[in-house]
Amino acid sequence: MIQKKKKETPEINGGAMADIAFLLLIFFLVATTIASDKGVTVMLPPKAEDVDVKVKTRNVFNILVNSKDMMLAQEEQVDLPQLRTMVKEFVLNNGKNKDMSESPAKAIISLKSDRGTSYEMYISVIDELKYAYAEMRAMYLKIPLEDYQALDKENPDQKEKLTRARKAIPYKVSDAEPSEIK
Amino acid sequence: MATFKKKTKTKQDIPTSALPDIIFMLLFFFMISTTFRESELLVKNSLPQASELTKLEKKSLVSYIYIGEPTDTKKFGTEPRIQVNDVLIEPDQIVQHVIQEKDKLGEDGDKITMSLKIDRDAKMGVISDVRQKLRDANALKVNYASNKKLRISGM
Repeated sequence: MIQKKKKETPEINGGAMADIAFLLLIFFLVATTIASDKGVTVMLPPKAEDVDVKVKTRNVFNILVNSKDMMLAQEEQVDLPQLRTMVKEFVLNNGKNKDMSESPAKAIISLKSDRGTSYEMYISVIDELKYAYAEMRAMYLKIPLEDYQALDKENPDQKEKLTRARKAIPYKVSDAEPSEIK
Repeated sequence: MATFKKKTKTKQDIPTSALPDIIFMLLFFFMISTTFRESELLVKNSLPQASELTKLEKKSLVSYIYIGEPTDTKKFGTEPRIQVNDVLIEPDQIVQHVIQEKDKLGEDGDKITMSLKIDRDAKMGVISDVRQKLRDANALKVNYASNKKLRISGM
């Protein structure tokens, strides 16, 4: 009896394909970066000739950061979480306390840093202020903070909420020129 | 009598034909999620952390400025320097750089966003100089690039 010869299927040797793919992969790993396209956005004040805006002292919350990254808020030495509590108390005062702001819309945070202040500290302070304002706006809209942060500008209904909150509690931070703070 | 060759049924090699597919999947992931380096970094650049981040929306309207201690300290010293494109520049040249970038964008020139990628160890002195120049150049929308910091709620 003739044994039926098993028909061999022609096969292309694919072993090298993995190597080629690895080479490509490594090339992309080396030549590209994962883009960090996120950051803290601020609007700089436009360049203007010295316009003296009269602001009542009670509406200004002073923050000083010195070259040793120590922070002074309303002449008290504070740390970051304390700063947030103080800012919130100050902005939401609504005229109750005579030393604090008249209304959230009038409250101004003045941030002054030294030329020797580290950038990391500066960003932390700005971040803390933004966080404080986000919390206050969330409170104003009576929604949890997570929901406020998830509000989408593209959605008209949610945008309305955002604009309303922004109008009620505007983020006013004056970034004074760094100087030599003793 | 003919001897019968014992036929082994078990194959000894592990099939590796799926390996390229797996690698290709990885490759595509990297191709999609990463971008090419825009320029070779001449300064140290480890970004600070912050939690309140906004995403840069129109990538085409973004121009980058890097600030940090030069990597080549022998040649450029240890003071933080400013890098745009592939060169180190002085603060005075920023206005010119911004004008060039705005020209590239044409009509949308005024919508330019400056993304500042600043090393966390840099000092505010040089940063405020840059900020002044940006104000001079009327590029007011600034984004301080930072990495995501997780906050424990209630903290």
